[in-house]
Amino acid sequence: MSRFVVRRIVEILVVLAVMSLVIYALIGLMPGDPVDLMIASNPHLTVADAARLKALYGLDKPLLERYAAWLGAALHGDFGYSRLYARSTLAVLIPRLGNTALLMGMSFALTLALAWPLGLLAARRPGSWFDGVANLSSFATISVPSFWLALMLILVFAVQLGWLPPGGAATIGAGGVADRADHLVLPVITLTLVNFGPQLRYMRAAMMETLHQDYIRTARAKGAGEARILTRHALRNALIPLITVVALSFGSLFSGALVTETMFAYPGMGKLIYDAVLGNDYNLALAGLLFATLMTLLANFAADLAYAAADPRIAYR
Amino acid sequence: MSALAQPRVRFGGSVLLALALAVVLTPWIAQALGAHADTVDLYHRFAAPSLRHPLGTDELGRDLLLRLLAGGQVSLLVGITAALAAAVLGTAIGLVAGYFGGRLDALLMRLTDGVIALPLLPLLVVLAAADLHKLGVPAALRDSEAMSLYRIIVLVTLVGWTTVARLVRGTTLSLRQQDFVRAAEALGASHRRIMLVHILPNLATPIIVATSLAVGEIILLESVLSFLGLGVAPPLASWGNMLTGAEETIALAPMLAVYPGALIFLTVMACNLLGDGLQQALDPRRRR
Repeated sequence: MSRFVVRRIVEILVVLAVMSLVIYALIGLMPGDPVDLMIASNPHLTVADAARLKALYGLDKPLLERYAAWLGAALHGDFGYSRLYARSTLAVLIPRLGNTALLMGMSFALTLALAWPLGLLAARRPGSWFDGVANLSSFATISVPSFWLALMLILVFAVQLGWLPPGGAATIGAGGVADRADHLVLPVITLTLVNFGPQLRYMRAAMMETLHQDYIRTARAKGAGEARILTRHALRNALIPLITVVALSFGSLFSGALVTETMFAYPGMGKLIYDAVLGNDYNLALAGLLFATLMTLLANFAADLAYAAADPRIAYR
Repeated sequence: MSALAQPRVRFGGSVLLALALAVVLTPWIAQALGAHADTVDLYHRFAAPSLRHPLGTDELGRDLLLRLLAGGQVSLLVGITAALAAAVLGTAIGLVAGYFGGRLDALLMRLTDGVIALPLLPLLVVLAAADLHKLGVPAALRDSEAMSLYRIIVLVTLVGWTTVARLVRGTTLSLRQQDFVRAAEALGASHRRIMLVHILPNLATPIIVATSLAVGEIILLESVLSFLGLGVAPPLASWGNMLTGAEETIALAPMLAVYPGALIFLTVMACNLLGDGLQQALDPRRRR
C-alpha cells in the first residue's frame, strides 16, 4: 500500500511538471507581454527602455530558459506578483482556494446524496415510471447550459422574488455564517444540478450491471432482504466501476465551478482564472491554472485510495 | 429501421429537423417580416411582441426571432462541424489504440483519460484568449469575420474527441478478436487494410452514437465560451453570445435571456435523446 502511495505521488509530480510546462507555454500565447503593458501605460518609454526592461525581466530569452527560471522561483514558493491585485500571487490565490473548495465540496456532497440513491432505485426496475422520470431528469440536467441555469435562478430568486442575493460571497459589512450561507445557496444549487445527471447515469449503469450477476441471485435464493441485497451485495460491487468515473469527473466539476463562480461573482479559483486571463495577469493565470490542475490530480488520488478501500481484492503494491 | 421505433430517436430527430428547417427558411421569414437579423432600430428597443416582431426586439431594436434564427444557424453549424471533426480525430485515435494494443494503447488511453480528467474550461479560456499573431496565423485570416468561428471549432474539437475515441477503442478491441479479422491477417492483409476495410465499416454504430452525443456536448461548450466572450464574436449572433447582452438587461427584459438558453437546452436535449435512443436501438446488447 505505501509503495503504491509513493508511486502515485511521484506520478502526480510528473504530470504536474508536464502540465506546468504546457500551461507556461499556453500563457506565453496570451496577447502581449508584461513589458508591452508597461509601454501601453507609459508613453514616455523609449524603444531602448523597452529592450532594457525585456532583458531585465528575461523576456528576451527562449521559452525553456524562462520556464526554468520561473520553475526555480515557484519551487521556492515564489509565484510572482499579481498585476491585477497588486499583491503577491499566493496571497490572492489562497483565500480563493478555500472558497472554491467550500463551493465544490458542498455541491459534490449534495450531488452524490441526490443522484446516487435515485440512480440505485432507478436501476432496480428499468423501464418503470420511476426509471423514466429519473432518466428524463438526468437528461435535462446534462443538457442545460450551466450559465443559463444560473441566469434563470438569479432571475427568479434574486430579481423577481428577492429571496436570495444575486452574487458575491458575503454582504459587505455584515459578516456571519447565515450571510455566507445565503450567498452559497444559488451557486451550490447550480453546480449540483449540472453534475446531477452524469452521476445518476453512472450509478444506474453500474447497478444495472451488478444486479444481473449470479451472486445477486444467490443472495436472493438465500433469502436475504431486498435492502440488504441492494446495499451489501449490489452497491458494494457497483462502487468499484463507479469510483473510476467519479474520479474522472472532478475536472468537469472544476469547469462547472468556473462558470458558476463567474455567474454569481463568487470569489473562487474559477472566476480568478477567468479574470486573470481577461486582465492579462500572466502570473496569476499561470498559478491559478496550476493549482486547479493540482486540485484535480489530488482528487483523483483520493479516488484511487477510495478504490482500494472499496475493493479488498486490489492489493496495491 | 428499428431505430425509428424508439420514442427518444423520434423526439430528438423531429426537434432537430424542425430547428434545421427553421434555420433554412430564415431568409423567407426575414422577407415576410421585412427586416434583417442585423437591422438596428433604436426607436424600438425592447419592444413587446407584435405582428412585425413576433418575439419583440432586443437592446438595439433588432428583431429577436430573426436573431435567434441567425444564432441557431451559427450554433448548429459550429456544433455539427466540430462534432464531425472530433469524430474523425476520435475514430483515428480509438482505432489505432484498440487495433495495436499494448503500450501504444496504454499511452493513448492515458492521454484520453488525462483530457477528460483535466479542468478543461479554464484551459480553454486561456487557449481562446491566445494571440493568433503569436501562433503564426496569416493576417488576412486573422482579421476576417469568420475567424472566431474557425477558432471555436478548433478549440472544441481539441477536447470533444474523447467520447468517440473510447467507444471506438472498445469496439475495435472486440472486433480484433473476431474470425474475419484473423482471416484477413492470415491472407496477409496489411494493418492499414485491416483497419480501414475490415474494422472501420463495423464501427459505424459506435461512431454514430458517440457523434450525436458529442454534438450536444459541443454545442454546450460553444455556448459557454461564446457567452464568456471567447467564442463566436459579435456582430455574428450565436445563442451563447446573445445571452451575454441579455445578462446585463435581465431585470428590464427577462425574455431576452430566456429564449436563447431555452433553444440551447432544447437542441442539446434533442441530441442527447437521439444519441441515447440510437445506442439502445442499434446495440443489441443494450436492448432490454
